[in-house]
Amino acid sequence: MYAASFQNNSKGLNFPMEHTKNKRMSLQQKQRLTGWIFLLPGVLLILTLSFYPALRALMTSFKTGVGVKMTWCGIDNYLRIFQDKVFLQSIKNCFFYLIIQVPVMLILGLILASLLNNPKLRFKGLYRTAIFLPCATSLVAYAIIFRSLFATDGFINSMLMNLGILENGYNFLSHSFSAKIVIIIALIWRWTGYNMVFYLAGLQNIEYSIYEAAKIDGANLIDIFFKITVPLLKPTILLTVIMSTNGTLQLFDESVNLTNGGPANASITMSHYIFNKAFQGVPNFGYTSAMSFVILIMVAVLALLQMKVGDKRD
Amino acid sequence: MTSKVTNALAYVFLTIAAVLSVFPLVWMIIASTNRSVDVIAGKLTFGGNLAVNYSNLISAQDVWKFFMNSGKYAILTTVLSLLVCSMAGYAFEIFHDKYKDMLFVLILMTMMLPFVALMVPLFQMFSSAKLLNTSLGFLLPSISTPFLIMMFRQSAKSFPVDIIEAARIDGLNEWQIFFRMFVPTMRSTYAAATTITFMNAWNNYLWPKVIMTKSNSQTMPMMISSLTSGYHTDYGMLMLAVLITTLPTAIVFFILQKSFAEGITGAVK
Repeated sequence: MYAASFQNNSKGLNFPMEHTKNKRMSLQQKQRLTGWIFLLPGVLLILTLSFYPALRALMTSFKTGVGVKMTWCGIDNYLRIFQDKVFLQSIKNCFFYLIIQVPVMLILGLILASLLNNPKLRFKGLYRTAIFLPCATSLVAYAIIFRSLFATDGFINSMLMNLGILENGYNFLSHSFSAKIVIIIALIWRWTGYNMVFYLAGLQNIEYSIYEAAKIDGANLIDIFFKITVPLLKPTILLTVIMSTNGTLQLFDESVNLTNGGPANASITMSHYIFNKAFQGVPNFGYTSAMSFVILIMVAVLALLQMKVGDKRD
Repeated sequence: MTSKVTNALAYVFLTIAAVLSVFPLVWMIIASTNRSVDVIAGKLTFGGNLAVNYSNLISAQDVWKFFMNSGKYAILTTVLSLLVCSMAGYAFEIFHDKYKDMLFVLILMTMMLPFVALMVPLFQMFSSAKLLNTSLGFLLPSISTPFLIMMFRQSAKSFPVDIIEAARIDGLNEWQIFFRMFVPTMRSTYAAATTITFMNAWNNYLWPKVIMTKSNSQTMPMMISSLTSGYHTDYGMLMLAVLITTLPTAIVFFILQKSFAEGITGAVK
């Protein structure tokens, strides 16, 4: 099938057969070399645009000063973090989002996926598309939509007032607790469908007859969910937990566009604060680099912990 | 509890989830056709103010310039990224040896690097290389991503070794095997990769905010973000701008939705 379509197209790039047979070793070497050529662009880009800057940031995090006149300062930048109330607040905020939003979103995604996995369910495609649809929106776009919905003169307030629940518009975004809750609601809205697609993909590798057998044996839905679905989906769940943790600790767009970090930094994320420190006012790249390495350490530690827990055989 | 009741509950739950998922987007579309006062009043039917919103928007911002910028950046990123990452992922699987496997682990580890850690050194490197406010500056950091390389490596695992051997005996070189056999058979992986890369590039906000210092080279997400900074918000106009920003990713999403799910299935296996 393939050979036929190639004969017309091979532009003499391939060398004659006898030649290759005589030099088997050199052919293998040639393949190995081709392999490296295939890898080269991708690997070089990652080395120069991820690895190298990361090392440079690590060095900078031990320096202080502005521009080219930076001097070594040991771990002063890291010590300064413990004095920086706003950065500590931003760490707290990110963990608040992480602890509440990630479990709620992933459990919702799992429930939705296991409901959609039922082959007898009708309108399956419609439900799946609708729930996945929020993923089609840009992060800035949905942040602005939610900001408008929850504004003092926004839709949620006018609905609550029309229903007589509220007398006056409540400014969700200017109260520290409700501002954080709005961010969490927005995040759940945007990412539940995305995670659901991963679970649906994982569920396709599980024979549906297992579920039917369990039902015949008298297992109820909750048993089936915890004793079949969750254990069999464990690798996929681990993947989504790691991805969501990483994403939540790096939140930026929502903090900037939904609440602008406010009120009074009550909802600001670590990335947002670091960006402000680096590009607004007098930049101190030493200190911002130190803060960004704190995020790196958190992401790495959490990923390792999660892999440890996920690998445990029970 | 009978199965009929649980079935009904399943439909109720799914319907609520579907409605909540779609509502903010429907609200956005409706708001873009209404006057700001009607949007504030909570009007939920289409209005006749779309043309006025549009003319307000284009007099406030040069929308189509930003749209073209975003489109150019996103398309270039997607094309280059798919080429570079699929070649790397394929090579990590098909030509793997001890050194390449070690390199792969190293590359996977860069996934954990938060972008804010790279942002400052990248900014310094790009400004000394005169890449600020250029397309190349936008796309270079997003061409090669560990996630896509991993995805293509995973899909290369399902590419039969026998076919490669047969093709080699038929006299095809490694480039021909890759471009004429691997690429066409892995259509769904490419579709999933296109969806992910195009959306990420179109939606990218932090990096262009760092390097696009001139308004001429800015992107759609940056433009809509700046629309909200005023004291008084014109919701009709704002939602029209948000709608225009959402359209390209929504179109890509609808065209590639089915293959996206298939591609993810291949990657999760």
